Amino acid sequence: MTEVPTAVLEVTDLATHFHTARGIVRAVDGVSFSIEPGQTLGIVGESGSGKSVLARTIIRILTRDGSATVTGRIALDGRDLLTLSETDMRDVRGKDIAMVFQNPMSSLNPVKRIGTQIGEVLTRHLGLRGRAAQIRSVELLASVGISLPAERLNHYPHQLSGGMRQRVAIAIAIACEPKLLIADEPTTALDVTIQAQILDLLRRQQRAHNMAMILISHDLGMVAAHTDLVGVMYAGQMVERAPTRSLFHGCHMPYTRALIRSAPKLSDPPHTRLRAISGGPPDMLQPAIGCRFGPRCDYATDMCRSYKPALSAADADGTHLYACWHPLVAGRILP
Amino acid sequence: MKPDELLSVENLSATYRLPHGRKLSAVANISFSIHKGETLGLVGESGCGKSTVGRSIMQLPPPTGGTVIFEGRDLASLGGEALRRARMRLHMIFQDPVSSLNPRRKVRDIVAEPMAIAGVVTAPERVRRVRIALAAVSLDPDRVMDRRPHEFSGGQCQRIAIARALIMEPQLVICDEPVSALDVSVRAQILNLLEDMKARYCLALLFISHDLAVVKNISDRVAVMYLGQFCELAPSARLYQAPLHPYTAALIAAIPVMDPDRRPAAPPLLAGELPSPMNPPSGCRFRTRCPRAAAHCEELEPAWREAEPGHFVACHFPLRPAR
Amino acid sequence: MAWITLVVGLAATANLLPLRSPIDSDFSAISSWPDAAYWFGTDQLGRDIFARCVFGARISLAVGLLAPAFGLGVGISLGLAAGYFRGRTESIIVAVMDAILAFPGILVALAVTAYLGASTAILIFLLGVLTIPAFMRVARANALVFAQREFVLAARAMGATHWRVLRLEVLPNVIIPMLIYALLVVSRIIVVEGVLSFLGLSVPPPQPTWGNMIADGQGDLATSPYISFIPSALMFLTLLSINLIGERLRADVRGSAL
Ligand SMILES: Nc1ncnc2c1ncn2[C@@H]1O[C@H](COP(=O)(O)OP(=O)(O)OP(=O)(O)O)[C@@H](O)[C@H]1O
Ligand SMILES: Nc1ncnc2c1ncn2[C@@H]1O[C@H](COP(=O)(O)OP(=O)(O)O)[C@@H](O)[C@H]1O
Ligand code: SF4
Ligand code: SF4
Ligand SMILES: [Mg+2]
Ligand SMILES: [Mg+2]
Repeated sequence: MTEVPTAVLEVTDLATHFHTARGIVRAVDGVSFSIEPGQTLGIVGESGSGKSVLARTIIRILTRDGSATVTGRIALDGRDLLTLSETDMRDVRGKDIAMVFQNPMSSLNPVKRIGTQIGEVLTRHLGLRGRAAQIRSVELLASVGISLPAERLNHYPHQLSGGMRQRVAIAIAIACEPKLLIADEPTTALDVTIQAQILDLLRRQQRAHNMAMILISHDLGMVAAHTDLVGVMYAGQMVERAPTRSLFHGCHMPYTRALIRSAPKLSDPPHTRLRAISGGPPDMLQPAIGCRFGPRCDYATDMCRSYKPALSAADADGTHLYACWHPLVAGRILP
Repeated sequence: MKPDELLSVENLSATYRLPHGRKLSAVANISFSIHKGETLGLVGESGCGKSTVGRSIMQLPPPTGGTVIFEGRDLASLGGEALRRARMRLHMIFQDPVSSLNPRRKVRDIVAEPMAIAGVVTAPERVRRVRIALAAVSLDPDRVMDRRPHEFSGGQCQRIAIARALIMEPQLVICDEPVSALDVSVRAQILNLLEDMKARYCLALLFISHDLAVVKNISDRVAVMYLGQFCELAPSARLYQAPLHPYTAALIAAIPVMDPDRRPAAPPLLAGELPSPMNPPSGCRFRTRCPRAAAHCEELEPAWREAEPGHFVACHFPLRPAR
Repeated sequence: MAWITLVVGLAATANLLPLRSPIDSDFSAISSWPDAAYWFGTDQLGRDIFARCVFGARISLAVGLLAPAFGLGVGISLGLAAGYFRGRTESIIVAVMDAILAFPGILVALAVTAYLGASTAILIFLLGVLTIPAFMRVARANALVFAQREFVLAARAMGATHWRVLRLEVLPNVIIPMLIYALLVVSRIIVVEGVLSFLGLSVPPPQPTWGNMIADGQGDLATSPYISFIPSALMFLTLLSINLIGERLRADVRGSAL
């Protein structure tokens, strides 16, 4: 029943709209993609482009005040998560899909011991208790590279450094060997050296359990190095989606190129002029008509300003998709 | 002090007092200088003392040891009025652009504040200069002057902070992680703006950041810091191409390169985390994480020496033998 | 809001309004129920309750507004100094405040009014002093937060004096939460003044205050309940609107902070 029968997660035409006092915020507006087991999908885009809302929509932890409406389809192993009741969803969360956040403090409970927090997940989803839960907790902590794991079980989150907290958050996330792990900027709050350790850890865990992973980041270098597929988001839409290699070797959407070019590169000599994207981020209340990147695009024409470009395939097998009327042909990123 | 030296810092130390009589040595014995119109980058992991270096130069609070000589005068020996006058030629830009602007004041007052403090120039002249400064950072004076900071994005707030820093035409601006809180695209705009301002006002910058790629882009020379001490200082192209200190090499290796064909295969070079600055390791402070550490490193603190012309390092076993 | 404006307006202009005297009696109309001539009726001595309410509002409001204003002024100065300078300044200020708090405040106020006799000025001063520690604490807590913010460091880095930083950078940020808190104190002080005058410890009769009017009506609750009821209702409405204004302000501030 699905196009790619092996996909773990298949998102089709997903839209999340917030109804606010000032109007409708189309935080996610018609996004589709799928991930296979063991694959990592990177999601990049400027702040406010809808990356986190997309992640929170998939795991269904949006605000409960009813201001958010979600349409589309999120199929996990063929089961549409949007049709599940909250009770059923609670079983999916943590067990089939787990999430790691930017700030580990926000996902760890500050007043509970590490051991208790891991134990709760094990009891809830796997029915492990007492001694069995403790042994498994120690194993988990050891597997995420925490020294003296048995002692750490008695510590509170604030007694750990930022990097260790993120390791604990990862340990909790992988406790039930989920099919899909969503990591929303898991290393943004950490130093480069710790960042490398955490990414290495995530990759090893992914290999070990054949998990699918969504890695949200605004660090393009990190995405280039650690993902198989990349989705580029702009103003709530996925404007280009491609295998990582294909994207970094030749993107077709001007926004993708602008984003990649605007980051300072280690290979460039000092004082290389950066190619900044002009203008500010888009107004999510009143996105531009036609192509939403139009107001900031160097190649925009009347066509772009009037009609919305649809996702089209750049290659024969349809893995590289872009939404642009005037795609970059050579698509060369590095000048 | 050489003639074109703007700032000369000798043996700078800063110790914070903690509750229960404990002490934290955030910066220990650092020496460096900044020339006129030069950008010195300062990198290191968080908590290694970068901001403390910046604040000690501003005498906020004054360092607990060493001297800071700015334009030939020792800032520590200047009291009250003279120090305040010196600070006008020395400015600071902070990491959180929103927090560094008072939410209750209008942009026109925020940008004019340095002039108001200095008590120079008449009111109409102030307004004129504020307009010029705002225009210089690509903000439309008519549209922004009478608004308050919360009406602006992070990037715009950082532009306002830069306008404020430049309005007295200072000689040196200390930028403490000025782009760390900004988005990639906005970051490029602000970095370009800083380069333009540098050329326009012949500024020197002390550019503090934990992002090595950003620091490389903007700096003439780069200093690498670890646990309150300098490890290495060299012209930036040189430092990134041929680092001498094992820590510098590890930092550079940890940065993901934007090239899908060059994937990090081996586990990261640097294991472990930053030890507590409350009781730093004996001898070389980096030895607990250093792949080259030997018994010697534990006993003796490596000296800060010029291994190659203009290339300083503190390590017993640098990656290349000294010439 | 409209209610507060009305009450304050009436109280402020009481002398200019064509009101009956709040003190003189009309013996032809004793304890008469509200009618066209006497809008709120008259009390047992034939005094016009409407006029008494308006003049009573003067005392209640004067005490209720001026005492917290006095406490606010002193409390903010001390709180800012404590929260900004920290160290010894803070220790001394906190110690003095604790000393004030340690006094059984109301009892002292009672003793002083009993001894010196109560005048509006003394009452304002005494109740004002009692509010200082609370204002100081709120101001200090806020100043502590804002003194850590980078814009304060930025101002210091630009060479601003402490006085300038406190006045232009810290105070404007502290004043809004303080004013909101002050509204709370205003309503509390109005109640305290009411209680004091109910007990006959505030401004002495025949000078009307809401509190002594309520007390006056106490004896005749069965026959003329309006004598107590009207000033009580006035007080209730006033407190309610003050609290509503406070709520609104708080919501506004929260909205604009985001
Ligand atoms: N609960 C909400 N109510 C209304 N609007 C919201 C809500 N949550 C998010 N938004 C809006 O949705 C848009 C996307 O937000 P999102 O947090 O997904 O951005 P992001 O891409 O994750 O950015 P960042 O890189 O800063 O994390 C933004 O315009 C944001 O203001
Ligand atoms: N006001 C302070 N009181 C006590 N310790 C401080 C204070 N400011 C910074 N420190 C400590 O000093 C060290 C260096 O801090 P900082 O200069 O801010 O580091 P960086 O800017 O490199 O992240 C850290 O260990 C930090 O916890
Ligand atoms: S559709 Fe037009 S405006 Fe949009 S990215 Fe392509 S060229 Fe630019
Ligand atoms: S001195 Fe020794 S421990 Fe320190 S960096 Fe050099 S080799 Fe490593
Ligand atoms: Mg986000
Ligand atoms: Mg810092």
